[in-house]
Amino acid sequence: MKVGAIGAYRALLAKDLRTELRTMRSVPAMVLFAVTAFIIFRYGLDRTTLTDSLAGGVLWTTLLFASILGINRIFIAEVEEGGFDAFRLTPAPRTTFFLAKASVMFIYLVVLELIVVPVFALFFLSDWASLPPLIPVLLAANLGISVLGTLVSSMAVHSRARDLIVPLLLLPLVVPLMIAATGASAPLFGAEGPDFDGFWNWFLVIALYDGVFCLVGYAVFDFLIED
Amino acid sequence: MPSNSLKYLSALTTFFLVGGFALVFLWTPMDADQGFKQKIFYLHVPVAIMALIGFMAAAVEGVRHLRSGDSRHDLNSYVFIHISVVFGVVALVTGAIWAKASWGKWWVWEEPTLVSFLIVFLLYCTYYPFRYAIEDRDRQARYASVFAITAGVFVPLNFIAVRMAESVIHPRVFATAEGGLPGSMLFTFLVCFAGFVLLWVSLVKLELVGKQVSGQVSKLRRQMLGQADRSSAGRRISPQAEA
Repeated sequence: MKVGAIGAYRALLAKDLRTELRTMRSVPAMVLFAVTAFIIFRYGLDRTTLTDSLAGGVLWTTLLFASILGINRIFIAEVEEGGFDAFRLTPAPRTTFFLAKASVMFIYLVVLELIVVPVFALFFLSDWASLPPLIPVLLAANLGISVLGTLVSSMAVHSRARDLIVPLLLLPLVVPLMIAATGASAPLFGAEGPDFDGFWNWFLVIALYDGVFCLVGYAVFDFLIED
Repeated sequence: MPSNSLKYLSALTTFFLVGGFALVFLWTPMDADQGFKQKIFYLHVPVAIMALIGFMAAAVEGVRHLRSGDSRHDLNSYVFIHISVVFGVVALVTGAIWAKASWGKWWVWEEPTLVSFLIVFLLYCTYYPFRYAIEDRDRQARYASVFAITAGVFVPLNFIAVRMAESVIHPRVFATAEGGLPGSMLFTFLVCFAGFVLLWVSLVKLELVGKQVSGQVSKLRRQMLGQADRSSAGRRISPQAEA
């Protein structure tokens, strides 16, 4: 029997989402981390409202570090329960594994942001007008973080001290993405309402980054699964 | 014996570097704007460019390793990154000295090239902890190649993003409005650049020869011990050349 790529992708995605719904291992921790980080920023910066680059910086730093918690765990269950071996036994193309894991991470990030960005607005923003234009930036940056996170996580999972390796590798790699994401979102948080100064340039950088690392992930992932 | 070519290479490197620095101090004119401080340009820029070229070359070797499965390419990739990281340290230190001399501060955030270079350097510093955290030899080589490729792709993207984020105050010495570098400075720069390219190649060769020799030594030792102590070969953490 031949397993279609789409069927395999769907099965992997459903499996991971079901596991997360039952065990609640990643998303709640990410949310708790993010909300706590906002409180720390509130006292660290000693501000009750944030505008411009300060708002962008706080939001993206928090989202990035919260996402690392999830990225650390992407492949842990597969290693502990033998999911890698099971997947190698199936005739499904290896890329589907990568795509499914990256999609799961993307969904985690969307759920995280659905909860945490309104909390951020509630805590620090004076009005909500900047949130709608923020959505495309969040989605585009999520794509980059989830693709790169999956790549780094699959590299780190077979190493000793993988919890150390993931942030060590990931943080320098996402610096350009974070520069572009904060660059695009900072004007949206302007004190006199959202401003689109340089927005599309930054958005283009995020899109370029996403495109390049999707291709890299697609090209190299086979070698990370081989045994 | 591989040492013969290394001997000529070292002689050539010495010739170019000594010649280049003689030109720097005796022949090139003082920079009208920066004076003597500008001389560090002939050290800083070639070293930085060579480090970046080395990182890209490591990515190419990574691709070749994954395609062919030949561990020699992995060894090359490892040595390229090693020497380029050393060059990277030199480039960052000389960059900081130049920044202090001409702008009065050791670190200038408005300088996109310096900041990009630091990010790239930090990324490549993680190559070692990452590589040595993987125990299985084949997997280590394969994952290190994946790292080399990912990081090699990252280098130009990073430069684009950081350049966009900062105002450009880096001196554009090759193509300014006044017509760029005078001929004597350009010639001296090219001699120095050739010198540092040769230095990089010699250091790479030296390390490769060293790995080959240590590989041979451990092979001989294994023979002497009658294959009894085979486990010692697996204990080395850095990749070795096939003896």
